[in-house]
Amino acid sequence: MHISALIIIFATILIALLLGIMAQRHRKMDMEQWTVAGRGFGILFVFLLLAGEIYTTFTFLGGSGWAYGVGGPTVYILAYGAMAYALSYFILPRIWRYGKEHKLISQPDYFEQVFHSKALSMLVALVGVVAIIPYLQSQFTGLGLIVQVASYGEISHVWAMVIGMVVIAIYVTISGVRGSAWTAVLKDITILLVVLIIGIALPMHVGGLSAMFHKINQLHPGFLTLGGHGMGLPWFISTVLLTSLGFYMWPHSFGAVYTAKNERVFRRNATFLPLYQLILLFVFFAGFAAILITPGLKNTNLALMVAVEKVFPAWFVGVVGGAGILTAIVPGSLMLMTAGTLLAENIYRPLTGATSRQVQLVARIMVWAVAAITLYFSINSNATIVTLLLMGYNFVTQFFPAVLLSLFTPRGVTKAGAASGIIAGVALVVYFNLTSTSILWGVNTGFLALLLNIVVVLLVSSLSRNTSVSDVKGVQV
Amino acid sequence: MSIRWLALLPALGVFVGVIFANRVTPYVLGMPFLWFYVLLCVLVTSAVMAIIYALDPENKRS
Repeated sequence: MHISALIIIFATILIALLLGIMAQRHRKMDMEQWTVAGRGFGILFVFLLLAGEIYTTFTFLGGSGWAYGVGGPTVYILAYGAMAYALSYFILPRIWRYGKEHKLISQPDYFEQVFHSKALSMLVALVGVVAIIPYLQSQFTGLGLIVQVASYGEISHVWAMVIGMVVIAIYVTISGVRGSAWTAVLKDITILLVVLIIGIALPMHVGGLSAMFHKINQLHPGFLTLGGHGMGLPWFISTVLLTSLGFYMWPHSFGAVYTAKNERVFRRNATFLPLYQLILLFVFFAGFAAILITPGLKNTNLALMVAVEKVFPAWFVGVVGGAGILTAIVPGSLMLMTAGTLLAENIYRPLTGATSRQVQLVARIMVWAVAAITLYFSINSNATIVTLLLMGYNFVTQFFPAVLLSLFTPRGVTKAGAASGIIAGVALVVYFNLTSTSILWGVNTGFLALLLNIVVVLLVSSLSRNTSVSDVKGVQV
Repeated sequence: MSIRWLALLPALGVFVGVIFANRVTPYVLGMPFLWFYVLLCVLVTSAVMAIIYALDPENKRS
C-alpha cells in the first residue's frame, strides 16, 4: 500500500477547494462577477485563462497517450496552438471591444446582439453545451485514471471519477471564475515543474532523446511522422485548420475573453502563448519514452502515469497525480460553469422570463446536471482523450464562419445565413458522429462540415440580404 | 502594406511547409525532422507576433 501518493493527491484537492472558497469571500456574486469577474483581469490571469488547453488533461494525459499510441500525428497539437494564438491577435480584441460596449457575458449574448435573434442565441447555447460535454468528459476521464493509478488500484476508476465530479461541481458552485483563476496559477506552476522533470527524466531513463527516437523508429518505422492510422498530410492540415479556427469558439474561451481589462492584453499574449506551449514537447517526450518503458498498454490514456509509476518512487507518483488533478479541475470547472450559465442564462431565461435571482439558482443546479450527464458518458466510454476533444472541436468550429464574417464584414452575413450555416455544419457533424466517421478521404470530417457551413452561410446570406438587411446592425468597430 | 501581413509567414510554414517536412531524418536536436520543423514553426510564430506587436500602430494608441 503506497499511502503517500494518495495523501498528496487528496491534499491537492483540498487546497484547490480552499483556494476556490477564499477567492469569493467579500464579493457580491452577481452574474457578471460569477462569470467574467467584473471584467477586471489583467495580463497574467487572462494569459492563464486563455492558455486554455495547454495544460489540461487533454495535453497532459491525452497528448502523452497519443504520442504513445498514435505517434507522429500528435505533432498537430503543437502546430494548432501556435496558429490559434497568432489568430487571436486579430480577432480577440474585436470580440472583447464589442462585448464591453454591449455588456455581454457569454457567447450566445454575442449572437443575440449581432443578429437580434433570441432563437439563434439559444441554438448557439445548445450547440455550445453539446460541444463542451465530450471535452468535460475527457477531463473526468483523466481525473479518474490519475486517482486510480496513483492509488495503485485501491480506488476504482468509477469511484475516482465520481470523486472528481463532485469536487469540480462543489468548486464551481462556490466560486465561479475567480476560483478558476487562482487555482490556475497553482496548477500552472506545479504542472510546469512536473512536466519538465518527467519530460527529461523518462527519455533519460531509456538512453536520452536521440537514442529514444532512433529506437522507436527502428521498432515501428513510419511511427514518428504523419501517415499512420489514416492520418497523413491532408489530415494534419485539415485538423490544424479546424482546431486553430475553433480554439476561441469554445463557449468558455469566448467567455474568458470578456474577463480582460483591455484589448491590448490579447495582442501582447499572442507573443508569449506560443512559447509557453513549447512545454508540451516534454509531455510528448514522456509519452514516447513510455513506448519503451511500458509497451503494449491497451488503454493509451494511461501511458504517462504507468511509466511514471515504473520509474519514480511512490511519493512522486502522488505529486504527478496531484498536478494532473489540477489540470483536470481548473479547465473542468471553467467548462462546467460555462455550461451551467449557458443553460440558465441563454435558454432558461428567455423561455421563462425568470428573474436574475432565479437564473442564478438555475445556473448552479445546471452545473450539477451537466456534471452528472458527463459522468454517465465517462463511465460508459473508452475513447482516447484526444478523440474526445476533437469531437468537441467538430461542433464548436461551426461558429467560426458566422463570428468571423460578423466581425469583419457585418453586411456579408445575415441572421438566416448564420443560422443555416451553423445548422448545416452541426447536422453533418452529428451524422459523422453517428456513423463514427472521423476521417473521410484522408481529411478530418469536422473540416468537411466547416466547408459546408461556409458555403451555406455565404449562399443563404446573399439570398436573404435584401429581405433582412435592416435587422443586421453588425459589429461597427 | 500593414505589418500584420507578416503573420502569413508562420501560417505558410505550418500549412504548406509541412508537406516538405514530413520525414524522420535528419534528426535535429535529437528529434525527428518533422518534430523539429514544427517546433521551429512555433518559435517563428512567437517571433513574428512580437514584431507585429512592436510595429502595429494600433498598440501605440492609449
